[in-house]
Amino acid sequence: MRIELEKRPERAEIFAWASPLIAVALTVVTGGLIFALAGINPLKGLYVFFIEPFTSLWSIEELIVKATPLVLIGVGLSIAYRANVWNIGAEGQFTMGAIFGAAVPILLNGWNDPSTLVAMLVLGTIGGMVWGAIPALLKVRFGANEILTSLMLVYVSQLLLDWLVRGIWRDPKGFNFPKSVGFDGWQTMPVIGDGRVNLGTAIALVIAVLLAVLMSRTLKGFEVRVLGQAPRAGRFAGFSSERMVVFAFLLSGGLAGLAGIMEVASTIGQLQPNISPGYGFTAIIVAFLGRLNPIGVIFAGIVLAVSYLGGEAAQVGLGISDKTARVFQGILLFYILACDTLILYRIRLVGRAPAEARAHA
Amino acid sequence: MKRFVAIAAALGLGLAGGLAAGAAKAAEKLKAAWVYVGPVGDFGYSYQHDLGRKAVEKALGDKVQTTYVENVQEGPDAERAIERLARDGNKIIFTTSFGFMDPTIKVAKKYPNIYFEHATGFKREKNVATFSARFYEGRYVIGQIAGKMSKTNTVGYIVSFPIPEVVSGINAFMLGAQSVNPNIKVKIVWVNSWYDPGKEADAAKVLVSQGADILVQHTDSTAPLQVAQEKGILGFGQSSDMAKFAPKAQITAITDDWDPYYISRVKAVLDGTWKSTDTWDGMKEGMVVLPPIQNVPADVKALAEGTMAKITAGTLKPFAGPIFKQDGSQVIPAGKELDDPAILSMNWYVKGIDDKLPQ
Repeated sequence: MRIELEKRPERAEIFAWASPLIAVALTVVTGGLIFALAGINPLKGLYVFFIEPFTSLWSIEELIVKATPLVLIGVGLSIAYRANVWNIGAEGQFTMGAIFGAAVPILLNGWNDPSTLVAMLVLGTIGGMVWGAIPALLKVRFGANEILTSLMLVYVSQLLLDWLVRGIWRDPKGFNFPKSVGFDGWQTMPVIGDGRVNLGTAIALVIAVLLAVLMSRTLKGFEVRVLGQAPRAGRFAGFSSERMVVFAFLLSGGLAGLAGIMEVASTIGQLQPNISPGYGFTAIIVAFLGRLNPIGVIFAGIVLAVSYLGGEAAQVGLGISDKTARVFQGILLFYILACDTLILYRIRLVGRAPAEARAHA
Repeated sequence: MKRFVAIAAALGLGLAGGLAAGAAKAAEKLKAAWVYVGPVGDFGYSYQHDLGRKAVEKALGDKVQTTYVENVQEGPDAERAIERLARDGNKIIFTTSFGFMDPTIKVAKKYPNIYFEHATGFKREKNVATFSARFYEGRYVIGQIAGKMSKTNTVGYIVSFPIPEVVSGINAFMLGAQSVNPNIKVKIVWVNSWYDPGKEADAAKVLVSQGADILVQHTDSTAPLQVAQEKGILGFGQSSDMAKFAPKAQITAITDDWDPYYISRVKAVLDGTWKSTDTWDGMKEGMVVLPPIQNVPADVKALAEGTMAKITAGTLKPFAGPIFKQDGSQVIPAGKELDDPAILSMNWYVKGIDDKLPQ
């Protein structure tokens, strides 16, 4: 007996939606196996990892805080990927957004009214767009591969941030430690409730809904889909794939930049060398898990946030390594990609005899 | 506080517990937690803190229950990791990296009944104490050894971040080396990470190819020493005794012994005598320890041990004047020594170091 993949005559829409669910289910089962191998009661392990984050208001709030940047970056990326534009450098655009936006409280520290925050958010978005525009222009002008250029620019932005917070933007009263001055008042995002949830979550949700409308109800959304699926047909319709590259990078870069400044202006409250645990890269998984659909991305963002918080809870509650969270994320992405084959292929079990017969023939 | 009383009663230190409720809570252990910046398997800084945690468990037995969270980034995740431990019922939480300073303060303000201990920072609260070790004392000693042992008069120095702790270490090393060898040169490579075995090994190879025959590191992995072993040269371990990774290369190491401090602080919570303090201990208190010196001639070993004895006795201060900056200006005249605030905010090199401090 062996397994054979057979191409379906057309896309199986049902699997397009079921694949992420199957992938999550398989991840849970595999996770249980891993816990069992590590000598931990699998049910207890899975409970701590996947359920406990939802059992208290505090951890639900923390899930939302963690999911916010993932969703905001993820929705931008989902549209870029839909258009067949491969922006892998969201982490860099996130960092540049943080730098641009943080220039306001660092250079004009006395300015502290609602307009300060608006200026920070606008500048942050511009920062991300500027950083996204570079690979877009290199692609349009020179045909440079945007996957490579956008990825390389991540390291440039991180080194720039490093240089700034260790040098000219260092807090003069901070004992030479690499941190900027702390932000306060209107230099930070207004908090909703008494935890860490802030206005940023509301902004991310509104943007996700707006983009869902853009994709399903507007000509621009149609243009994105056509150019993504059939560039040649798009050209006949008068759409320019060059303009689409620029549009996709400005949109996804700008949103990543906005996520960057919102993160710095909320959970961190100052500029420092480490501002992201890899949000820009994790958001790539989020975009795919969310089926490149802005509303799907909201749920995918929560799933990935659970994997981070669950990993931490497992460390505290079960005493297992922090690598667990990474393993779970990796397994999840692996299963999604595997299950996505089901959209275009069906699995057939082939008996041994015919195969041997063919070998003899 | 109620629980506190219950614990005190159980230990027979305070009230003679008679209440049924008190007795029911008597079996409850004191929960203590640690937050590490690296993996406990780094065999360096975080590993050493974890040895301290284990020492607490060993010393206080079933009176305590300890947990830890490793590999916590010094970013937005730190606050949540610390708060999780606070919510999990821990009474004392040790946050062991500089970057956890502001998150620790934030969480501490929300949980005034929990005690926090932050390593290497400078912000304190009523329920936040700070602690650190005078690593630079050890660096002065290894500087002397390197000054004696180098044949090429060139030392390769691999460093993480230009923060005062690291800069004062470089300066103390140089002052120690210059005290026995005025021609010694120090070459510096910044790897911008506390723990990155690949980068650290690359830096080590570059330094060796530039003529360094002694390697010093202020990063946490064992990679540089392993390169030293491979190239047949000498080096020093960081944070932890790394001799088993490079038995022929390691002369000694600057190890951090947190055991006594951690035990005394957790005990203080048990006894109800915990206070916010600022601890900066060195060789005298046993927080900075150099494992037995090896791979050097007897006279060098005797010299180093003599210097250690003098530092322990307080008769030798690594930052005693006269000290000159790179540009030749005098920082402190002969007969005086740098005070703690000056050492804690050091951002200049002493004369003779061939590098520009990243600004």
